[in-house]
Amino acid sequence: MKSKRFEVLDARPVNQDGFVTEWPEVGLIAMESPNDPKPSIKIVAGKVVEMDGKKREDFDMVDTFIATYGIRLEDAERANAIDSNELARMLVDFNVPRAEVVKLTTALTPAKMIEVVSQLNVVEMMTAVSKMRARLSPANQCHVTNVKDNPIQIAADAAEAALRGFAEQETTVGIVRYAPFNAISIMVGAQVGRPGILTQCAVEEATELALGMRGFTAYAETVSVYGTEPVFMDGDDTPWSKGFLASCYASRGLKMRFTSGTGSEVQMGYAEGKSMLYLEARCLYITKAAGSQGTQNGSVSCCGVPAAVPSGIRAMLAENLIGMCLDLECASSNDQTFTHSDLRRIARSIMQFAPGTDFICSGYSAVPNYDNMFAGSNWDAEDFDDWCVIQRDLKIDGGLRPVSEDETVVVRNKAAKVIQALYRELGLPEITDAEVEAATYGHGSKDMPDRNVVEDLKAADNVLKRGLTGIDLVKALARAGYEDVAGSVFGMLKQRVSGDYLHTAAILTKDFNVVSAVNYPNDYRGPSTGYQLSDERWAEIKNIRKAIDPESI
Amino acid sequence: MDEKTLRSIIEQVLNGLDAKVAPAAQAMPSGTPDYAGGERHIKIAETGPAERGSDPREVVIALAPAFGGRLNQTIIGLPHDQVVREICAGIEEEGLKYRFIRLFRTADVGFIAHEAAKLSGSGIGIGIQSRGTTVIHQKDLPPLSNLELFSQAPLIDLETFRAIGKNAAKYAKGESPAPVPVKNDQMARPKYQAIAALLHIKETELCDPTKKTQALSVTYV
Repeated sequence: MKSKRFEVLDARPVNQDGFVTEWPEVGLIAMESPNDPKPSIKIVAGKVVEMDGKKREDFDMVDTFIATYGIRLEDAERANAIDSNELARMLVDFNVPRAEVVKLTTALTPAKMIEVVSQLNVVEMMTAVSKMRARLSPANQCHVTNVKDNPIQIAADAAEAALRGFAEQETTVGIVRYAPFNAISIMVGAQVGRPGILTQCAVEEATELALGMRGFTAYAETVSVYGTEPVFMDGDDTPWSKGFLASCYASRGLKMRFTSGTGSEVQMGYAEGKSMLYLEARCLYITKAAGSQGTQNGSVSCCGVPAAVPSGIRAMLAENLIGMCLDLECASSNDQTFTHSDLRRIARSIMQFAPGTDFICSGYSAVPNYDNMFAGSNWDAEDFDDWCVIQRDLKIDGGLRPVSEDETVVVRNKAAKVIQALYRELGLPEITDAEVEAATYGHGSKDMPDRNVVEDLKAADNVLKRGLTGIDLVKALARAGYEDVAGSVFGMLKQRVSGDYLHTAAILTKDFNVVSAVNYPNDYRGPSTGYQLSDERWAEIKNIRKAIDPESI
Repeated sequence: MDEKTLRSIIEQVLNGLDAKVAPAAQAMPSGTPDYAGGERHIKIAETGPAERGSDPREVVIALAPAFGGRLNQTIIGLPHDQVVREICAGIEEEGLKYRFIRLFRTADVGFIAHEAAKLSGSGIGIGIQSRGTTVIHQKDLPPLSNLELFSQAPLIDLETFRAIGKNAAKYAKGESPAPVPVKNDQMARPKYQAIAALLHIKETELCDPTKKTQALSVTYV
């Protein structure tokens, strides 16, 4: 006989997910592997001669980079001598100011750091995140992509996403040669929705930098680092080459953060038997050491690996917290499908959603998931109302605002028309009125007419060959009669001259004012301190579309 | 995939077992492909270090270390011999020739495909991993860029492999083909990521940073 109860359970979405038991020997363990090193540090004449049980002569290049640049040595011996449980308590204790904790945590070794965060349960970690997040106010980031790389749809979706409150937006490509078009579409579309939105285009590193230098993007985050030497070498990279890349962005006035996450080393086949969290801690120390202002982490695209083992979702929160303990901006992932279960989706996200991070999702798919070219996000366009209702239920700021259909249609239509006019001015392949209408009212690329891909790709290549820059876009937009959008794009270009948005966790207001961890640092010190919803913002969050006004009945 | 199956796969990795004698099949539950087993209809032999070609009418196909050797099927269970047959047929349809090489230095599909392109007389190469991830590359592009990337291995069917061969040949002829339509499935990761990791571990186990890229003879048996 077969149990009917188990038949029902077997059919549940959660049982389509992949789960495995821990296997420390190959690194299939989220936290606390028996192979993880024990914390230690020895400093002689200002130089680390031993770190986490390894002598300097035995360091690999990751160890060397971290020991040389990644640890604040002046406090290192004192900080590492403090009992890990006591340090963990300081993370949670709101009587100890963030600045004081950061002084200690930036002086810990990677093994000490994971020993500290491993003392905490997830509720304690969330409390710590409330305090340790760099920027006072939380924010959110989204993905704007589609499976056809349709430029009109990207512009319309970017405009809607800006209206909905995303402070940063990220696109990528199905076909890499579309990159200049996608970068231009998301930038222009986002500025139509709300001036001051930062946009990026995630592609191969050299191309991504080139797009930024031309002024087609405002920031970058797909600068990946890894916790073991062979994975670095597999990508023809070293911590130094990544540091060089970071400097390239900084020198051009472009915001940049690194990306890493638990599970990537196992995924790439070289975990050296260490826990995923230990290897991720090394990544974060590399990030700090290279001078990056921030990290995108929380397993990111490797989410399915830690999510398959015990305590994996906890490890993702722990890695976000480590980033914050290193005084980095933290864009906390929540950006990849990892489960068939809606219950697991929210359980994973509430870890960052409730306390708030610099970017809770990085990103939230602002398009239906079938169009998400990062292979699907944990949240998509069909969840917009759920997200807004959860903000209202819990009275938390998840970075989004409810919007009406009418205002959404207006900004989508304007963005599509602006891109149409821009293409006309720049001599790019025609965008028809039918395409503008489809992008205005469409939900995804299934609603968009097909374009001539070969002609588009030639034109996209030509954009690069002609040497077009952001200034050419500004001029073309002004010629087309869209002075306001031209002004916003120009406003974004000016940011890289002032450079203020290179500060930790910076975003821009609609008036191009910087909000960062420098001018708005997180000052949480317990109940009724730190970030508080303003009356205006709370009214916005409360105002969901479907709430019935009692007086109307 | 249950724990036992995973352990059996990982054990093979750790023990460095020869896939041809690995008793993987007995541990496989129904519905999970027998990645290392199945019938083998091609014979792949190394014939010495791979040379740079001069024939502008060739496309070089580079295989990852375990392809058609330790591993025999893609992540969705397509036999490697059929994958090879389809890619080659696509190239032949365009009247071009193909040549096989295998890399040992890396299992990264971007670098594998780029190596193929650099050694190809036409400057166009195809790189393919055992799990099925495939790239069409051109020699003067940055290694981690590409002409076309098929990153979601669970979505690549035999028809797509044929289209990949065909498009690679068209690039080699200097044409600008419409790229093979991109596919996307947001549930591929929850279903396949752990398996993808294990297959990749298996592939990287065969990497040898000191071994030169080898020319291959591929014969159907």
